[in-house]
Amino acid sequence: MVQPGLIDCDLHVTPASVEVLFPYLAPHWQEYIRESAFKGPVDFAYPKNAPLTVQPALRSQPGAVPGTTLAQVRQQALDPWGTTYAILQCDYPIQTVHNPDLAAALARAVNDWLIEEWLAKDPRLRAALVVPIQVVELAVREVERVGDHPGFVQVYLPARSEAPYGHRRYWPLYEAAVRHRLAIGIHYGGAPGHPPTPTGWPSYFLEEYVAMALVAQSQLLSLVSEGVFDRFPELKVVVLECGWSWLPAFLWRFDKDWKGLRREVPWVRQPPSAYIRAHCRFSLQPPDVPSEPRGLAQVLDHLETDDLLLFATDYPHWHFDQPAAALPAGLPAALRPKILWENAWRWYQFTGRFAPAGGEGPW
Amino acid sequence: MVKPATHPAADRRSRLAVIDCDIHNALPSETALLPYLPARWRRQYELFGLRGRQGAYYPRMVPHAARTDAWPPSGQPPGSDLEFLRGQLLDQYGIDYGILNPLIGVGGQLNLEYSAALARAVNDWQVAEWLEKEPRLRAAIVVPYEDGALGAAEVRRAGEHPGFVQVLVLSRTCEPLGRRKYWPLYEAAVERGLPIGIHFGGTGAGPITGCGWPSYYIEDHVGVAQAMQAQVVSLVCEGVFEVFPSLRVVLIEGGFAWFPALMWRLDAAWRRLKEEVPHLTRAPSEYLRTHFWLTTQPMEEPHRPRHFLDILAQVGVERLMFATDYPHWDFDDPETAFPVPLPEAVRQKILAENARALYRLP
Repeated sequence: MVQPGLIDCDLHVTPASVEVLFPYLAPHWQEYIRESAFKGPVDFAYPKNAPLTVQPALRSQPGAVPGTTLAQVRQQALDPWGTTYAILQCDYPIQTVHNPDLAAALARAVNDWLIEEWLAKDPRLRAALVVPIQVVELAVREVERVGDHPGFVQVYLPARSEAPYGHRRYWPLYEAAVRHRLAIGIHYGGAPGHPPTPTGWPSYFLEEYVAMALVAQSQLLSLVSEGVFDRFPELKVVVLECGWSWLPAFLWRFDKDWKGLRREVPWVRQPPSAYIRAHCRFSLQPPDVPSEPRGLAQVLDHLETDDLLLFATDYPHWHFDQPAAALPAGLPAALRPKILWENAWRWYQFTGRFAPAGGEGPW
Repeated sequence: MVKPATHPAADRRSRLAVIDCDIHNALPSETALLPYLPARWRRQYELFGLRGRQGAYYPRMVPHAARTDAWPPSGQPPGSDLEFLRGQLLDQYGIDYGILNPLIGVGGQLNLEYSAALARAVNDWQVAEWLEKEPRLRAAIVVPYEDGALGAAEVRRAGEHPGFVQVLVLSRTCEPLGRRKYWPLYEAAVERGLPIGIHFGGTGAGPITGCGWPSYYIEDHVGVAQAMQAQVVSLVCEGVFEVFPSLRVVLIEGGFAWFPALMWRLDAAWRRLKEEVPHLTRAPSEYLRTHFWLTTQPMEEPHRPRHFLDILAQVGVERLMFATDYPHWDFDDPETAFPVPLPEAVRQKILAENARALYRLP
């Protein structure tokens, strides 16, 4: 049996500035950027200097902002881990641009940049392609354009959307994703213009950050309730950087309500938890687990399966100080290989884009 | 589910005490509130009715969201007939005390003065038709919660009557409940020694999720847990419990199994971001453990019953207070609601003693 070693499912890369995308933008857009006030999207998910945004050890290193150059990502995020594969997540917020053609141009440029400057240069790299989800038809067009590239394994969607992702307006995207053997990744972030919580705009980034877990829950509610997994039985969804320790309580509640309320959604033939366990996976960071081992054991027990968690460093965000702390303390030894590579390995096999590889990680 | 009738006294001896922390008293008719309104607001009601934030209608699966057997023979809506409620709920289960949380939609009206007038009327109606007539009942003060000053005034006015034991707000508000505009409400509540009860419902200033408007009632219903969590996060992060150290908050009909994971997530994020909230003198989980109570309905049902015991331990048995949610369809029967057998001392705490202490009931 092949043992890849370590698959990092959430590694952030981003253009250092909009000018980085110029080689991939038509002259019209270059002129627009040079002459107007637009210097790229502004609604970034993380405040630049907030402690969570960059690990302290990386901040103190001279040179480029972490995640902007391949040399630095190799040195900071790939080599130290003995990473076999890393899935690049670019959260440059092109989905917040209202102008649909500009959004589509930026999406094309980011994807071409990912292909030329990352995927072509390091065989360990895979990536999620970005799409202008603001106009689903244009998003589908982008999937058709680059969706067969051997480096793309996923479509990147920000967690906060204009409408919940189960809504049928998004179904053409899922149809295209399935056809191109791509997973759908729902990633922390997004700025659709309405509040990040069901109860309005919170004052603090801390609140908004914590509330992203609630957004992920709303998205799962939608995907199942709208029958997306019945309509697209092959669809695979990854929830990234929104936590997962909330999942057991959420599944119990959703299953219980389904029993009483399923008449309105008769296409949801199975308990919701069955769909979510079959179609969804969750990246490890942030784990948000209790510090004592017994508490962690209970959470894992409540998940009722070992298959759901996919390792991620979430580079360069600050969730742990030492690599050894990337896995929650007290994690049973039997689970380590599953989380470090095997769950992701099995999960992404359907893409056909992970060739066998040898080698072991630092553990 | 309809229970066979039994003699209340015989039942009472064999049962543990029960305090029902969530009963929904309803208006018997559309015009029932009018006698309690001054002429100017009667006319407003006649011409314009109730006007809240539109766009959040998700039809419940049954009329009035009620148990089909909760329609009284009088023909009045479920929850509006005190005599019927006595028989079907209070006597049936030997309930010591029941807390009324009326969901009449007056607290979130767009016209704030109208909201205040309606709230006064509802509270006066509660006194006249419920509290004065049934000694086992207590009630929540309905307030125009989107205006701190008007809301505080009603807390102080209605709070004179000893039958009111909490201040009611709904789980979806225009701003997160920790924000300063709501602080006058908390000041008045604390003055009166009343907890704030946050109950499922309401419409905020945006969609009911952080990712837009869902399509189905099941998403609205499961989604109450997300709204509750957002409110808890806000109350904690805004430092409301630093400003009002004696404030207690009851989370009603929002579930409770999510409480531990929220503590872990809040603490982990706070450890990184605490410089943004220097006014917090404790880890967020400590505020959760000391300032919040949660009602049990709808009871959590883990797939494996032993997980329920884990959750009880993680949440803390002292935090939980039993509720039926009468007359709604997802009613919890105190005899059958718990998914696992529990030690009697634990059941008694959850069924009555935690609420007796919190609401200072005899």
